[in-house]
Amino acid sequence: MFDFVAFIPRAVAQGVPLMLGSTGETLTQKSGNLNLGLPGVMYVGAICGVIGSFMYETSGVVMNGFLAVAIPVICSLFGSLLMGLLYCFLTVTLRANQNVTGLAMTTFGVGFGNFFGGSLIRLTDTEVPSISLSATSAYFKATLPFADELGWFGSIFLSYGALTYIAIIIALGCSYFLKRTRSGLNLRAVGEDPATADAAGINVTSYKYKATCIGCMIAGLGGLYYVMDYSSGIWSNDAFGDRGWLAIALVIFTMWRPAVGVLASFLFGGLYILYLFIPSGTNLAVKELYKMLPYLVTIAVLIIVSLKKSRENQPPEHLGLSYFREER
Amino acid sequence: MDGKTAAVQMRDITKSFGSVKANDKVWLDIYKGEILALLGENGSGKTTLMNMLSGIYYPDEGQIYVDGREVVIRSPKDAFDLGIGMIHQHFKLVDVLTAAENIILGLPGKGKLDIKSVAAKVREISERYGFEVDPMQKVYDMSVSQKQTVEIVKVLYRGADILILDEPTAVLTPQETDKLFAVLRNMRDDGKAIVIITHKLHEVEELSDRVAILRHGHFVGDMPTKKTNAGEMTNMMVGRPVVLNIDRPEPKNPQRRLEVKHLTVQDEDGVTKLDDVSFVAYSGEILGVAGISGSGQKELLESIAGLHRAEGGSIIYVDPETGAEEELIGKDPRDISDMGVALSFVPEDRLGMGLVGDMDLSDNMMLRSFRRGRGFFTDRKSPHKLAERVVEELDVNTPSIETPVRRLSGGNVQKVLVGREISSAPTVLLTAYAVRGLDINSSYTIYELINKQKARGVAVVYVGEDLDVLLELCDRILVLCGGKVSGLIPGRGATKRRVGLMMTKLGGGTEDE
Repeated sequence: MFDFVAFIPRAVAQGVPLMLGSTGETLTQKSGNLNLGLPGVMYVGAICGVIGSFMYETSGVVMNGFLAVAIPVICSLFGSLLMGLLYCFLTVTLRANQNVTGLAMTTFGVGFGNFFGGSLIRLTDTEVPSISLSATSAYFKATLPFADELGWFGSIFLSYGALTYIAIIIALGCSYFLKRTRSGLNLRAVGEDPATADAAGINVTSYKYKATCIGCMIAGLGGLYYVMDYSSGIWSNDAFGDRGWLAIALVIFTMWRPAVGVLASFLFGGLYILYLFIPSGTNLAVKELYKMLPYLVTIAVLIIVSLKKSRENQPPEHLGLSYFREER
Repeated sequence: MDGKTAAVQMRDITKSFGSVKANDKVWLDIYKGEILALLGENGSGKTTLMNMLSGIYYPDEGQIYVDGREVVIRSPKDAFDLGIGMIHQHFKLVDVLTAAENIILGLPGKGKLDIKSVAAKVREISERYGFEVDPMQKVYDMSVSQKQTVEIVKVLYRGADILILDEPTAVLTPQETDKLFAVLRNMRDDGKAIVIITHKLHEVEELSDRVAILRHGHFVGDMPTKKTNAGEMTNMMVGRPVVLNIDRPEPKNPQRRLEVKHLTVQDEDGVTKLDDVSFVAYSGEILGVAGISGSGQKELLESIAGLHRAEGGSIIYVDPETGAEEELIGKDPRDISDMGVALSFVPEDRLGMGLVGDMDLSDNMMLRSFRRGRGFFTDRKSPHKLAERVVEELDVNTPSIETPVRRLSGGNVQKVLVGREISSAPTVLLTAYAVRGLDINSSYTIYELINKQKARGVAVVYVGEDLDVLLELCDRILVLCGGKVSGLIPGRGATKRRVGLMMTKLGGGTEDE
């Protein structure tokens, strides 16, 4: 019998970084910016949180619950904001190619994270190549006190740290913003057809900057969640893996709908760890095949959606292109 | 001027793009309760001038006064705040949004979107001026004329008192044009100032109260429409006398050249675009094709050129030298064009088909000729010469042969495309919308070119939008209605009304003999 009570919480934990990443990326892409630097942004978000909390934990003062959470969160937001600003400055202000910029930023972000991660590991003087921030992590993972007493209900719905619920709220909020508000409508117009948006009196540059920077900050929280909650505060270089790319795949999978992303990210998370729950023998190659599942599902969705030819479920028309008003 | 109040005064406006002066010290007055027609050849700076009023461009020099006050218009938003709204030639609408969503785009207001009250206000404006709009319809589902209506409602919704329309009738049928003009007159009577940019002189005479003329970026003059005529306006635009007659010599020795039998074509969604179309095109003759846009004109030409799959029927090409008959359906487009069938299709966005925007003139000429070359390296000299010839003969206004086509103004792009197709010395010339958006002088150059091909014994199939021209130029007119042949009538003696009716109803309804 498949153990759902054990499987679902792990799928959710695996899904939350993807959810935050894809929500941020969806917001970014709605402005017409295809930010392939997302893996780098999430990486920077994670390492900045780690640096902040490392400083705080090793400073020797008595830890305060609020500061233990606030310092890494603020550091993480700040780091990913800088990444967003860098991306916007290059692609919006200087109109550099978005794909090239994004890929360069992924390379840069991962390198940045590994450099500072490695430096911090040297500072700790331990044998293992990782940093453990278990005290901080404990605050991030704090659950409601009565969650354990509610049996399977508690472990499926209430066994998560606050960041999980915040991620869901952010995703639903983004969905509402895009669908039901004036600014959301304007943002969609910017991504679809910036010339039209411009002629309608919308400040295209400002919308692109704001959407991309906020998107990056949300995605950066995904990186922070991964270290502080999912890995229990243990940072080791390159452990984050390909989750950033998976988050971009998730954007396509959800057809640019953050609300759908909530469940879809849990599905992706589940597919990502399915190999642990299915007896696959000792052959490691089979396990690797299971890890392909999220990508296969994305390809399947792309094929189905392309066949349907719906005008609604398409990427923003102007995605990946820069805009210059006086171009003729 | 006789008690009218000026809504806008533009003084000494200058704007340069690189080394080209698009506007040079232009003066223009726009009055309330008046329709002003702004005339000029392609590239004379009409659109540039109006773009400065609507905030798309910012003038290098000069002052703009609105209601007597000097203003600075730095963005479209500034223009809206001053009550200036522009309806661009290429519609500025987001396809995946509804009419109402497009209309309120960029407007300030409560954060939460109340689309119902927007829709109600849209309906109210529509009723006042006599529009038909469904606020909840998605833009991609709309016809060209519906999109235009949305554009107009959009500027009215923003409370615009000064409306600028850039070639609004270029894509409309005669009936839709009449409807638009009625609306514009309503708005004029409501005290709004209206500027219309157009190339169609009969529309200027029909609609406008005053004309203003630009030539090569300079203001030439303005006058009441009643005190002028088409000849004088053209002379002012071009700067020298122009004869406004299209020749129509009798076809010489017409031979069967192309026969289309029971042609049926579907688009990729399986919608039937052409239904049992049959006709014969003769050499030395111009066959006009009339129809509301999207009635299958594009599919017809594309199937002949081998670019579109046909579901049924046949297309027979008769070789002018041997008299041998060949079936074109199923042939490779390259073979068809080698046989002498040339297609020049000018799509709505002009660059969409046939030219590569980022390549220069001679490279674009090469797209046609590179296969003829032998050896590994391409021949760059002859396309260069051809480009020079096209530039000279058609008077293409370009800084150099090496300029990317994208940088040329629309009319000039078109001359390059049409010139290239004609230069391939075809036996069948398929041309669609060859003069779309072209000024009067260039249009007549194109008509002349087409007539020259006719005299050479080429079978010309001319798909056009301007009925007046079709009636003057073509020997016979094939009228399409919803993909079916509505009639095939002689060009001599055909009336606009008859063709117009045939376009909207199979066979032309009650007027059919």
